[in-house]
Parts: sequence; C-alpha cells; structure tokens
Amino acid sequence: MVDSQVVLNGQTFAYTFYAIAIILLMLWFGYKVTKSGKTNQVSSTLFYSFVALLIVMGVSLHIVTYHTIPWASMDLNRKELKADKAFDINIQDHKFFLPAEKLVIQVDDKVMFNVTSSDLTYGFGLFRSDHSMVFQMQVIPGHLNDILWKFDKPGVYTIRSTEYSGPKGAQMILKDVVEVVAKQ
Amino acid sequence: MNFKQTFMNGEQGLFKPATLTPMQKLVLRFVVVGLIYYAFAVIEGMIMRIYQIQPIEAIQDYQYFAILTAHPLVGIFGSTYSIVFGAFLFLVPYLMKKPLWSYKLANWTCILIGSGTLTFWLAGFFTHYAPLYTLYWPLPADFTQFNPLGGTFFVLGIAIVMTGTVFFVVNIFKTIVYTPDGWEKQPAKALFLSAMGLSGMTNLFRKKENQKEHLVSLPVAAIARGTVDTALNAGIILFTGVLILVYLIAHQIGIDLKNTAVDALLYKNWFWWGLDLIADGLVLIFVAGTWYLLAMLITGKTLFMQNIARAALLLELVVSWTVWSHHLMSDQAQPGILKVASGEMVTAFELITQGLAFFITLATLWSARPLKMTNPLKFLLGGLMGFALAVPAGIMQADLGLNRILHNTQWIVGPHVHVAVLVGLTMTLYSAIYLLFPIVTNGAKLYSQKLANFHFWAHITGGVGMGAFMGMAGLKGMLRRTIYLHGEFNLYMILAGICGLLLLLAFLAFFFNIVMSVGLKGVIGIFAPSKLDEKLLVPEPEEQK
Repeated sequence: MVDSQVVLNGQTFAYTFYAIAIILLMLWFGYKVTKSGKTNQVSSTLFYSFVALLIVMGVSLHIVTYHTIPWASMDLNRKELKADKAFDINIQDHKFFLPAEKLVIQVDDKVMFNVTSSDLTYGFGLFRSDHSMVFQMQVIPGHLNDILWKFDKPGVYTIRSTEYSGPKGAQMILKDVVEVVAKQ
Repeated sequence: MNFKQTFMNGEQGLFKPATLTPMQKLVLRFVVVGLIYYAFAVIEGMIMRIYQIQPIEAIQDYQYFAILTAHPLVGIFGSTYSIVFGAFLFLVPYLMKKPLWSYKLANWTCILIGSGTLTFWLAGFFTHYAPLYTLYWPLPADFTQFNPLGGTFFVLGIAIVMTGTVFFVVNIFKTIVYTPDGWEKQPAKALFLSAMGLSGMTNLFRKKENQKEHLVSLPVAAIARGTVDTALNAGIILFTGVLILVYLIAHQIGIDLKNTAVDALLYKNWFWWGLDLIADGLVLIFVAGTWYLLAMLITGKTLFMQNIARAALLLELVVSWTVWSHHLMSDQAQPGILKVASGEMVTAFELITQGLAFFITLATLWSARPLKMTNPLKFLLGGLMGFALAVPAGIMQADLGLNRILHNTQWIVGPHVHVAVLVGLTMTLYSAIYLLFPIVTNGAKLYSQKLANFHFWAHITGGVGMGAFMGMAGLKGMLRRTIYLHGEFNLYMILAGICGLLLLLAFLAFFFNIVMSVGLKGVIGIFAPSKLDEKLLVPEPEEQK
C-alpha cells in the first residue's frame, strides 16, 4: 500500500502550485482592473466553461483519490475485508490500554485496530518518529471505532490521541509502541 | 491641526457625532464592540502562537486551553457577529429604502452580543472552563476537569449571544416584509419569497419577457438567506446549551446524571449540523452577498449573471443544510453513505457555489475598468483571494482519503479556517467598513492613507503567511488542539508567529487610523444618545450642518 507520506508530498505539491497560481492571478487582476482595455465584457461562454471546470474538479477529486489512495476504498469496505491481525484497545481516564506492551505487526498484513472509549471522545493516531502522521481516527464513547491498515515497510510508530479531551489529553502519547517488522 | 487636536477631534474635525442618526450611532457601536473583541481574539491568538513555539511558564496548560476555547467564540460571536449584524441592520433598510422594523430590538442585539461574549469570556478566564467550541459529548459535563459553576456561566454567556442573534433574525425578516406607518400595504408574502430566492430560481426557467421582477435586491436576498442559517444555528446552539446546563446544574444540586444518556455520535451529528451552518452556511452566503453589494457599489453597475447569482445563493442555502458530515469523516461509526454523500459530494458543491460568487464578483469589477485602487476595492480583492485559497483547502480535507491524514492537524485550522476567516471574511468586512465609513459618519475623512496601505499589506501577508506555515506544519503531522513541549515544529511555528505579529500590527494600524479619523471625542460621542428620529437612516441634508 502506498505510504501516507507519499500522499502528503503529492498534496503539498498540488496545493502549493494552486496557491501560487491563485495569488498571481489576483495580482494580475488587481493590476489590470485599474487599466483601460479593449473589452470590459466577460463572455457567458467563459463563465459557463468556468462552471463546468468547477463541477469537474469538485467531483473528480474524490473519484481520483478513491482510486489512487488505497486506504480510501479499504476504509469504506472494511467490514467485508478480512484482517490478518486485530488489536483491541481501550481508552479511559486519558490513558490507552493496549493488549500488549508492544504491538508487533508484519509488513503487508492487514491490521484492524478496534478502539473503544469508556468515558470521553478521544482520537487514535499513529505517528512516525519525525512526528508525521500515518493515520488517525476519532474515538467516540459508546461506539466501536475501528480502522483497517496495511503497512508497506518496517518501522516503529508512536500512538497519540488526536482529539482534544480536556487539558489532560495533551500528553496522551505512547512512544514507539507499534513495531512493523519484515514478513517472516 | 496638530496631533493632539486630531486625536481629540478627529481628522480635520470633520466627524461630528451630534449629527448622527440613532441608526448611524447604532451601527458604529456594533463596529466598536466588534473591533474590541477582534482585539481580544488577536491578542489571544498571539499568546497561542507564542505558546506553540515555547510554552509560556506563567500560563498553565489549563489556562492555554481556556484561551483556545474562548478564542474562536470571541472571534466569531463577539467580533464577526457584531460587525456583520450591525452592517446588515443598517444595510437592509438602506437598500430597501424603508426604516428598520425595530431600532430598540437592534439595540438589544448589540447589548446582548457584547454582554454575552463578555460573560462567557470571563467565565473561561476565571474558571478555565475549556471544552472547546466543539463541545464533544460528554466533555462539557466532565466535572473531573472543569468547574460546573464556570460551565454554567459560560453556557449562559453563549445563550445570551444567541438571544441577541434571534432578535437580529426577527428584525431582518420583519424589516423585509413589514409595512411602515403611512405606507401603502406591502406584499409581505411576495417580499418573503423574493428574499428567499424562489423568484430568482423560477426566472431561470422562464423566457426573458416572462421573468418576474425581483422585489428585493440581490444583497438583501443574500442577507435573508444567510439569516435563515443564522436562525437555525442559534436554535441548535441554544438547544445544546440547555442540555449541557441541565447536567451542570444537576451536578451542583447533588444529582449526577448519566453521561451515557446522550449518544455521543448522535450529539456530534446534530451539533455539527448546527455549527456548520456558521462555517458553511451563513459565512459563505453572507460573504457572497457582501461581495455582490461591494462590487455593485464600487462599480455602479449591475451584477454580472444576476439570476445565476440569486439561484446560486439558494443552492448554497440547501447545500449548507446537508454538508455537516464532512466534520465526521474520521468517525468510524458514522455511516459510510453519509461520509460520501454529505461529506464528500455535497461539500464539493461549495467549490461550485463559492467559485461562482468569485467569478461573478470579478466579472462585475472587470466590466467597470479602469477602476481606482481604493481601500474597499483592494480589501475586496484580498477577501476574494482568501476564499479562493481556503475553500479548495477545505474541499481537500473533505475527502475520505485525505481526511485520514489531515483531520485535526494544523492544515485544517491554518490554510482552511484561518485563511477563510482572517483573509477571506475579515478582509471582506474591512472592505465594507472602509466603504461604509463615510456614509455612517456623515463624511468623516480617513486620517492616513499610508496607514490604510500598511493595514492592507500587513494583514494579507500575515494572514496568508500564517495559514501557509500552519498548513506546512499540519502536513508534517502537527496536530491542533494540543501542546508540543519540545519544539517539534519550531521552524514553522516561529514563521507563523511572525506572520501573527504582522496581523496584530495591521490591526493596531487600522484601529489607530480609525480613532484618529473620528477623534476620542467622536468615539465617546458615538455612545451618547442621538436627538434625531430613530426611523432616519442618514440625516436630512440640513441636519448634517
């Protein structure tokens, strides 16, 4: 499965390109709108073409990501997919309770994280050692919160709550408790 | 005039508060309240920017989160609601050429929003009640972390603001449909339907010669539609507030109610449905309407594609009722169909509706070129750019794949929220303030154009820059609503802090410029009662002398 870092890099590039383009467009417009020009009328064809472009962009973004970001379809269809391994994790009083001291996973295994909360709304996120995010989900009390994930390379990851649960929640961090090892 | 004289009497002594009508004074009071709370929000923002670089020893973590809780509520309710409501309570009668339905009710709106904001701010300041604006159940009723008395006053403050909001809603709709004394009977139902956009929608399907005349102008229609979301939002927040109050008060009288009686996911759905009516409803609709009004006033021309613009506003209203699920994309118990249909697909319509508003406004401006680069025009362009940056950032995070790695990161609150609010919304409001300033002050002159230019460049650079650096940190995994103790993202946070400082300087320049324009006596005079008729919007020509 494509690593989430690759997707983040792609997004950084795409949005930076877009942001620079829109800033330049507004600078150009700001300059030109103060000058006389051959025509001041904007054609309706340009307008409807712009509308069509917005529709195509708005819809195609989700279709493209559904087919290129692997966890998108896996997430929607996770009930039908069989996990190679599952971990049941509980959160209570701002503490994570793991089934083992270290969660060991093999590369390319599909792993289901079943997380429950006994009191507040929390978050459950996995982070690399450089603090970048692998994935996250919300943990709502009274409901099963499950996420299926496939790791494509070995690594050690930190669990951190990704949702505010009061001042005590800021330090809900379990460092290096998830280890992904090469397939044996 | 020397500096001292100008400071006391305003630029060239042109501002004379005694000539103002009650309505002009009212709108200026709204603006003063809004700017004071904007200052609160900017200072709070700067404290948090510093804290994100290096936690400040004098401020404990629970105080930091109390600031984090108050900051958006003060910014949206105390500042934005005050400025927007004040402007619209003036503009609706101004554009409809009829008096406001109730001056007294409008005055109460100002008082309630000002005092309600102060109430919840003080409750947070003294008791550190900090469930954030999201109020995820059962955090607001977690008495192991929060003081229930503080919570009671906090919720009471929000309820006072919402009561003021309901008064605003009633006043706007009554002003649109009522018949003033001595006037010919007004077609209330037809006015209401026109304001809601049904005539605009049906005109799209009629031949040109059969198209019905619009009874209300496009900006008034936009205000009316945004006001619908304002009303629904007030209802949801008041309902939620009462629910929380029941738990808070019960605890104080010794009864501990079961938290599990409220389903956390259902609660999250209804609360986000209501809360999102601010972000994706009234803000986008009010802003689009304000862009149209500003473009027409700046150019003196009719709006490009006016019928499409009206229809888009109605579409935006419907869209705003059905997009809430994009806030629950990371909630695994939320049904997948809601995530895809509401969270992704309907949300994508916001790209279309806001894109249309963007294009229509630019095309209207283009039709009148060459235009002079005035303060209203440059701030309007800044506001347009803000939403052009922030809306696509929001569409990206409302994607199932991307949300998994963006939710609750600094990306959400940087390039999306702060760029939308600080650059998009606030610069649009500044444009309106610069445009309305001579109208509501009977021709007062701005003290310094150089300060206005600095205000523009510092604000836009600070706003875009802060959003960009927060976004970069978010893409590197930095979360929001938490504290980093070891300088994990210091490079981005220092740069974002510098940009935050620019925003603060921009505001100080603007505030100083406005105070010097109207003078200290003028500021005080705004709060003295007017002797003119409450029904007058602007004074008769002889009364201005």
